[in-house]
Amino acid sequence: MANILELTDVVKTYQTTKAVDHVSFSMPKGSIFGMLGPNGAGKTSLIRIITRITQADTGSILINGLPLNDDHPEDIGYMPEERGLYKKMKVGDHLIYLARLKGLSEKQAKEAIHHWMEKFDISDWWNKKVEELSKGMQQKVQFIATVVHKPSLIILDEPFSGLDPINANLIKDEIDHLRSEGASIIFSTHRMEQVEEICERIVLINRGQNVLEGNVSEIKQRRKKNLFRYHVNGEISPAFLEGKEVIDQSNGAYTVRFTEERDSNLFLKTLVDAGVYVNGFEEILPSLNEIFIQTVQEQGMTIEEPLNTPL
Amino acid sequence: MNKLWLIIRREYLSRVQKKSFILTTLLTPLAFLVFFIFVGFIMSYESDEANKIAIVDQDNMLKKAIKDDGNTFFSFPTAPLDTLKAQTLRGEYNGVLVIPPLSDIQARDHKLYYYSDDQLSLDVESAIESAVSTRIREYKIATMNLDPQLVESLRTSIEIDPEPIVEGGEDISSMRSAIGAGLGFIMGIMMYMGVFIYGMMIMRSVMEEKTNRIVEVMISSIKPFQLMMGKIIGVGAVGMTQFLVWIILIPMVSVLVNLVFGFDAQQMQTPGMAASQMDPDDMQGMVMMAMQELGSIDWWVIIPLFLLFFIGGYFLYASLFAAVGSAVGDDIGESQSLTLPISIPVLIAFYIMMVSVRTPHSTLAVWASIFPLFSPIVMPARLAFDVPWWQIALSLVLLAATVVFFVWLSGRIYRIGILMYGKKVTLKELGKWMFYKG
Repeated sequence: MANILELTDVVKTYQTTKAVDHVSFSMPKGSIFGMLGPNGAGKTSLIRIITRITQADTGSILINGLPLNDDHPEDIGYMPEERGLYKKMKVGDHLIYLARLKGLSEKQAKEAIHHWMEKFDISDWWNKKVEELSKGMQQKVQFIATVVHKPSLIILDEPFSGLDPINANLIKDEIDHLRSEGASIIFSTHRMEQVEEICERIVLINRGQNVLEGNVSEIKQRRKKNLFRYHVNGEISPAFLEGKEVIDQSNGAYTVRFTEERDSNLFLKTLVDAGVYVNGFEEILPSLNEIFIQTVQEQGMTIEEPLNTPL
Repeated sequence: MNKLWLIIRREYLSRVQKKSFILTTLLTPLAFLVFFIFVGFIMSYESDEANKIAIVDQDNMLKKAIKDDGNTFFSFPTAPLDTLKAQTLRGEYNGVLVIPPLSDIQARDHKLYYYSDDQLSLDVESAIESAVSTRIREYKIATMNLDPQLVESLRTSIEIDPEPIVEGGEDISSMRSAIGAGLGFIMGIMMYMGVFIYGMMIMRSVMEEKTNRIVEVMISSIKPFQLMMGKIIGVGAVGMTQFLVWIILIPMVSVLVNLVFGFDAQQMQTPGMAASQMDPDDMQGMVMMAMQELGSIDWWVIIPLFLLFFIGGYFLYASLFAAVGSAVGDDIGESQSLTLPISIPVLIAFYIMMVSVRTPHSTLAVWASIFPLFSPIVMPARLAFDVPWWQIALSLVLLAATVVFFVWLSGRIYRIGILMYGKKVTLKELGKWMFYKG
């Protein structure tokens, strides 16, 4: 699959601090891509380079195989972490304005905006001033502004910060939908658990450096610790637990660790063969958060800020 | 280019369509007139308490005939001075004025005595002085048996008429410098106000965009420089619109006010003076001359030049205000300390402008009108005084170069500033931003 985005050795220095330190990664077309790392890791700096808000000192950035140029911003939809709108403008006019800045004609913009407003069931907001909207409502408008010009690359920086669960789900659904229409999406967040299940590929950034990159399930498989959790009815003979380290055990719920890799199907079969009724069974894969901390520690680095600090 | 146009359009329309804009634009000329009427009223305000003054004219020089002045009423009671003093104490008169006989018909000074327990107000004092002086003059003329017409002919009014030194040069009248100064002053004030009002408008709007956090959305679509220029041009167009409306409205409203209130602007500005001391024929002559002078001014040269300087000065200072706005965010206090270095040259230019309308060809005026930080305000003030072409050309070239430089410089600061949050900005820091890479 072709890559929509390819970064090679990108460096960006602000005065004395290296915000982006030789970062390279690539992102396949049509994928949902997570750019993860703690606050201050350099994610926003990277995004600003990709969106041409700033320029990299060195390194190459290719979009669809072409070096970044002035036409690319029209093909990118960017929702910054710090987002705002002109308070005094009417919602409809505002969206048209932003869409036209992305290269749409007045007519195209109107059609697309009406389409999206109907989709979000907010058509009656057209003549409302932005300042009359609640924060959640403004976020919907913001999202429309990000995707209205049908960008092939959508970049969402901390998209769920300050978003209520309903809007968050709405946006997740729309993201899936947009992907199915061919868009590629970058999620940038420090809340790794929020994107674990959505992203296919990730890049982990710490202190401006790329510490880990790859397919999420592959990474998880590679980093798994042979942990299993199961819940059974009936007695399990102590002999069965031999060769496994029991980490937790209560009321028939067990968490066990194998010293070596074990096929989950085979383990489940031995469990069934042991004559107990299996209520639940899963292999515990490490969370991205754990993987991140582990990787950083392995590389002898420190994490700039604690993870999962709510905004 | 297309996007720049979109930004200009938004910046323009979002302001022009505001109710507050429409109101200020329409009401300012009215407010101006109300202000001037009010000032005129205050200036022409005289003591409103009736002053009853008893005059004891010991030599009957006034012949019991003296004009009451406004609220000051004169009377010539026959009672002796002591009685009058007692009456004054009882409040029947405000005071008693004693006019002693002239010791010498040729005396140049004459002392009157005023008995009262309150001080004479300045107005009343000068009214009495002028009335008595006129009457004594008439008395002297009559006593000396002089021909009043001959005496009147002793006064000669002088007018200096500038003539061209080369044959066929432009013959101008003495009104020229007064009119030039007035015109220059108006243009200078317009420049000064334009720079401040619209410069501040830009600064506030940049600060708002930054605090609003819309700016990052915007510059993911357009370049910071485009956003800045769009704003400067858009707000500039707003300013032009406003000025245009005022230029049309102010004369209209003043004519209207004139018609409705029968209000004479000329009289208002110099209360009492113009009407009482100037011969109506002279007045008419002066108005005619002024009209002629206004007609002879090369409007087709001055107005385009004024516009050029206006645009240059506006871009120069507006871009600086935009840079400051981008650096400070929502901190008004901080913005004030950073606008100070911008305001100082504007203020200096303003004062030089005021001097320049009086001495348009002084060394100070000439060099200030060439120095690009001052020229947008000083040069328009000199335009009505036949400024040599080389000075205008040099001034414009320097201004254009400076505008390009300052806009570029502000653009460099702006693009860093709008993305910089939560940091106190110093001038030194702004200097560093200029050299940052993209």
